[in-house]
Amino acid sequence: MPQPLDTVKGFGVTFKQIFKKPITQEYPEVKRPVYPRFRGRHRLWRFENGLEKCVGCSLCAAACPADCIRVVAAENTPDNRISAGERYARIYEINMSRCIFCGYCELACPFDAITLGNEYEISEYARDDQIYTKDMLLAPPIKRTPVADAELYDTPIPYYKEHA
Amino acid sequence: MTEPWWISLIKAFLIINLVMLAFAYTTLLERKLLGRMQLRYGPNRAGPYGSLQPIADLIKLIRKESFFPSSAIDLPYIVAPVISMFTALAAFSVIPFGAGWHLWHWHVDGEIANVSIALIVVFALGSLGIYGFIIGGWASESKYSLLGSMRTCAQLVSYEVSLALSVLGVVLMAGSLSLVDIVHKQGTTIPYAAPQVIGLLCFFVAGIAETNRAPFDLPEADTELVAGYHTEYSGMRWGLFQTAEYINMITLSALMVTLFFAGWHGPYAPLGPLWFFLKLLAVVSIFIWLKATLPRLRYDQLMRFGWKVLLPVATLNAVVTAALVVAF
Repeated sequence: MPQPLDTVKGFGVTFKQIFKKPITQEYPEVKRPVYPRFRGRHRLWRFENGLEKCVGCSLCAAACPADCIRVVAAENTPDNRISAGERYARIYEINMSRCIFCGYCELACPFDAITLGNEYEISEYARDDQIYTKDMLLAPPIKRTPVADAELYDTPIPYYKEHA
Repeated sequence: MTEPWWISLIKAFLIINLVMLAFAYTTLLERKLLGRMQLRYGPNRAGPYGSLQPIADLIKLIRKESFFPSSAIDLPYIVAPVISMFTALAAFSVIPFGAGWHLWHWHVDGEIANVSIALIVVFALGSLGIYGFIIGGWASESKYSLLGSMRTCAQLVSYEVSLALSVLGVVLMAGSLSLVDIVHKQGTTIPYAAPQVIGLLCFFVAGIAETNRAPFDLPEADTELVAGYHTEYSGMRWGLFQTAEYINMITLSALMVTLFFAGWHGPYAPLGPLWFFLKLLAVVSIFIWLKATLPRLRYDQLMRFGWKVLLPVATLNAVVTAALVVAF
């Protein structure tokens, strides 16, 4: 059934909207905080004494479903000690244009050497620039992303972890 | 006193450019207003408050590659948008926008061409413009384009009847087909929106359907179909179709202002073209308001409404007006 009165009411609704403040958050100026567990740009970590945590075991590369990690390991020597283990990653590259940010590398790593950060602004003008080298991954990210209060959003500890 | 031909030429050049500019900023107005009605900002990046957005869109469209299907029939495929564009622009030439002025010792009319059958010219050009849609859809050699153009034509042809009938009341009251005469007559009496309310409503509804605007935008139906008759068009050729559509809307709004709202006459100050512009702006805004409010009709609803409601009402309005004009 046609409802002419309701149709006219609809015009009132749309007209009233004009005077309300738009709810748009204008992105480049306003950056919404991401969830604490948001998976963004990767980060390689060092111990506090400066040694790299990564021992070049390539487990992350094996776990990667997108096959975007390339690790070439080399032996540590007494006068050139880079990582805490026997070997270290001579080359560690992540192709960000292939990475799907699944976080499997993080899970696979036995030394917590690689984690996924919160930064998502990683677009470049050239594809070559999307390949992140070890130095880039070891350095803190240039752009910072606001992160929401972890207490507000972090999920409770899963059952299987408490009762392992 | 008539004006020399070169004044007409200068005026035509000015008006064409003004109409194109009006088209460009109608798109911006539409996007802005639609945005605000949907609690968004609309374009606000290009220039202050997004005021350069139409220019940016134009540059983008022109720089885009105008490719076309290899099986398309070249000449009609290229000519079709031009036809639509030409008829849309030409129809504006008979719309009066001012009373006419004396500049130095020449007389300048308030319209490009004072044609005694101006109303028929507008409708004739509108009907010719449909050829652009038919040819464009057919020459694309694509089944979706062809179906789209068929749908468009069916809609335009069926609503054209009601559109023409709805203005009959105004023509009978003014006793003239010339838009200049109609405006003059309204200046001395009252705007025909009051006595011809039903005619105005019929004209408005049929006009929405004629210009493919929501809620009758079935030829395009952005959310449901690809694009109808201009599926295979891209770049500025597509842009020409889009321009034609918007200029048709502006022309129709101008026609509505002329026929029902006394054209350039205004209640308080004799502002002339400014009154015309303000009224035009209001009508165009209503078109946009409609788009933000009403959902799209189904095709059978569209046809049923056109033939079973609008046409009888418009006819009845014309007949009753004719009887009343004869009686008094």
